Amino acid sequence: MAVLINQNSKIIIQGFTGKMGTFHAEEMIKYGSNVVGGVTPGKGGQKHLDRPVFNTVKDAVMDTGANASVLFVPPAFAADSAMEAADAGIKTCVAIVDGIPSHDMIRIKRYMRRYTKTDKMTLVGPNCAGIISPGKSMLGIMPGHIYKEGRVGIISRSGTLGYEAAQQLKNLNIGVSTSVGIGGDPINGSSFRDVIEKFETDDETDGILMIGEIGGPQEVAAGEFAKENMKKPVIAYIAGLTAPKGRVMGHAGAIVSAYGESAIEKVEILKECGISISKNPSVMGETVKTVLEKIK
Amino acid sequence: MDIHEYQAKKILSNFGVTIPRGGIVYSPENAENKAREIGGSKWVVKAQIHSGARGKAGGIILCNSPLEVAQATDKLLGKKLVTNQTGPLGKIVNKIYIEEATDIERELYLGLVFDRSSESIMVVASTEGGMSVEEISKEKPETIIRSKIEVAVGMQNFQARELAFGLGIEPDLIRRASDTIIGCYKAFSELDATMVEVNPLVISKQKQILALDCKMSFDNNAMFRRSQVSELRDKTQEDPKEIYASDRGLNYVSLDGNIGNIINGAGLAMASMDMIKLAGGSPANFLDVGGGATPEKIVKAFKLITMDEKVKVILVNIFAGINRCDWVAEGIVQALQKIEIKVPLVIRLAGTNVEKGNKILKESKLKYIEANTLEDAANKAVKALKN
Repeated sequence: MAVLINQNSKIIIQGFTGKMGTFHAEEMIKYGSNVVGGVTPGKGGQKHLDRPVFNTVKDAVMDTGANASVLFVPPAFAADSAMEAADAGIKTCVAIVDGIPSHDMIRIKRYMRRYTKTDKMTLVGPNCAGIISPGKSMLGIMPGHIYKEGRVGIISRSGTLGYEAAQQLKNLNIGVSTSVGIGGDPINGSSFRDVIEKFETDDETDGILMIGEIGGPQEVAAGEFAKENMKKPVIAYIAGLTAPKGRVMGHAGAIVSAYGESAIEKVEILKECGISISKNPSVMGETVKTVLEKIK
Repeated sequence: MDIHEYQAKKILSNFGVTIPRGGIVYSPENAENKAREIGGSKWVVKAQIHSGARGKAGGIILCNSPLEVAQATDKLLGKKLVTNQTGPLGKIVNKIYIEEATDIERELYLGLVFDRSSESIMVVASTEGGMSVEEISKEKPETIIRSKIEVAVGMQNFQARELAFGLGIEPDLIRRASDTIIGCYKAFSELDATMVEVNPLVISKQKQILALDCKMSFDNNAMFRRSQVSELRDKTQEDPKEIYASDRGLNYVSLDGNIGNIINGAGLAMASMDMIKLAGGSPANFLDVGGGATPEKIVKAFKLITMDEKVKVILVNIFAGINRCDWVAEGIVQALQKIEIKVPLVIRLAGTNVEKGNKILKESKLKYIEANTLEDAANKAVKALKN
């Protein structure tokens, strides 16, 4: 199965004809993702990369049966585009864009409460690398070839640190079921907890690597969820041991402003939840390997 | 983005919050005149820097005559104030705010922040104004009351009333107190703020409710639609290296150590700093050149790092994805033809076309130390420091 996307996902690109949208749509198509078209308001009826362009997401869904989308629209219009996707019946939407105002993210999340659980779209990101189910489909901007097909789920706030983990796993001959970049912003579409819950019920995933960092409550919330509800092992690495308090470290969400938000505190709390900790970023792969060998 | 106290007060007063009479001055003569213009018999001279805890650092002076106001202004202007929030270098005082002194009856705390757990706006209040919110939560946590605001409908009167009654405000003043709280909420939600703090919010002996000190921060990502707010930015309050970086699209934070580093991606940058620390070194900075690590960004990053005199070793760690290692390596070689590096350089490339990338570096006659893993890179950087 893999989580969120698979070979059957029909993907549209929002912001299809722009420079970013074009470049990454091509990369996704090369990887084998089933990109069925795209949306650029005002360019409906045209063809782009041999695929149809639509004015609205609704038109695209009606015509192509799309169930997944990826946003390459500028930050000022991203909230609007995400809500349009939710309303058109898209099931999984990835917002790559960095720079969406936090007030807009709160508005999106509030807007999505109108849908029942079965109708609700899963928003991933913003400010993320996207989702990849190796060998099946890629909905994002990652280099697909560093991911080996396999049975480890990865969830990461950071893009490049997620790549680093995938590469370390590949070097140890360990593959990935799905890798989900949840993004570096303070308020995001899907949290660690939302995604580990999906991995727990996925029959193609044996264990989960969670790559967190300083700031926010989400790693701890996922740890507490795992302690109560999960049978599969969770391995975590938390970046930002050396980050000073009160400073934003690149990601808008990477700022320590309350107790439990520093790397040391998160590691302590996660350990208490029974999560295996990768003690440094160079041994994420090895830590996963050791934990998985134990459960065999 | 942070703004000054006087700017935050002006904003809040536009949203119906009462503030003491006051004005900004740039010279002692100016200050003396301003004090006479404000009138009264006592004034407070307040250094405008982007930091709290100014009182303890000598940045707030109570004066009894316009002459004293001029003297206090003279003493503070141009001085660097060091508080527990500014770091050892302190921040320069370029503006002074002169305010009428207030006869204080009670000091309260009022703060508004984003609550990342509930994804809503949280209003926090306490009867223990004047202390920092960290001190209040440590020493008097029982005095803290909170109200979670649903952003789609905004703050309701009853929520503000509950807070006001919770603070023990007398019935005659409840209306005024709720208007003040709602004013702060409106400023927060209408201007894309990330923090509003009124500390202390005071009740004066004359039964006025006044914002005596306030702070506001704003969402950098929303500045495209808040031009009036973005104009309030004061670059004299920021680290010059950080301004240089942000003007060039680099994410940079200056730190105390001596290993400078250039990395793509915020998470990988934090992870590399952690590795440096675990290897026994100390990072001089956080620097994220962006996931793409374009040659232009790498040139800018080298320029920035070489501006920092603390840096004794430079560590470059790039995980190349769609931007291949060979392309990144060419960027590094080009950069180092333009910029002279006098300290040891450790380079670790990983990801797409790593062999090609390393080959380009080797054949370039560049003097550098090659590293393979994150750990190897950190160890080699620390070792280079010791040699």
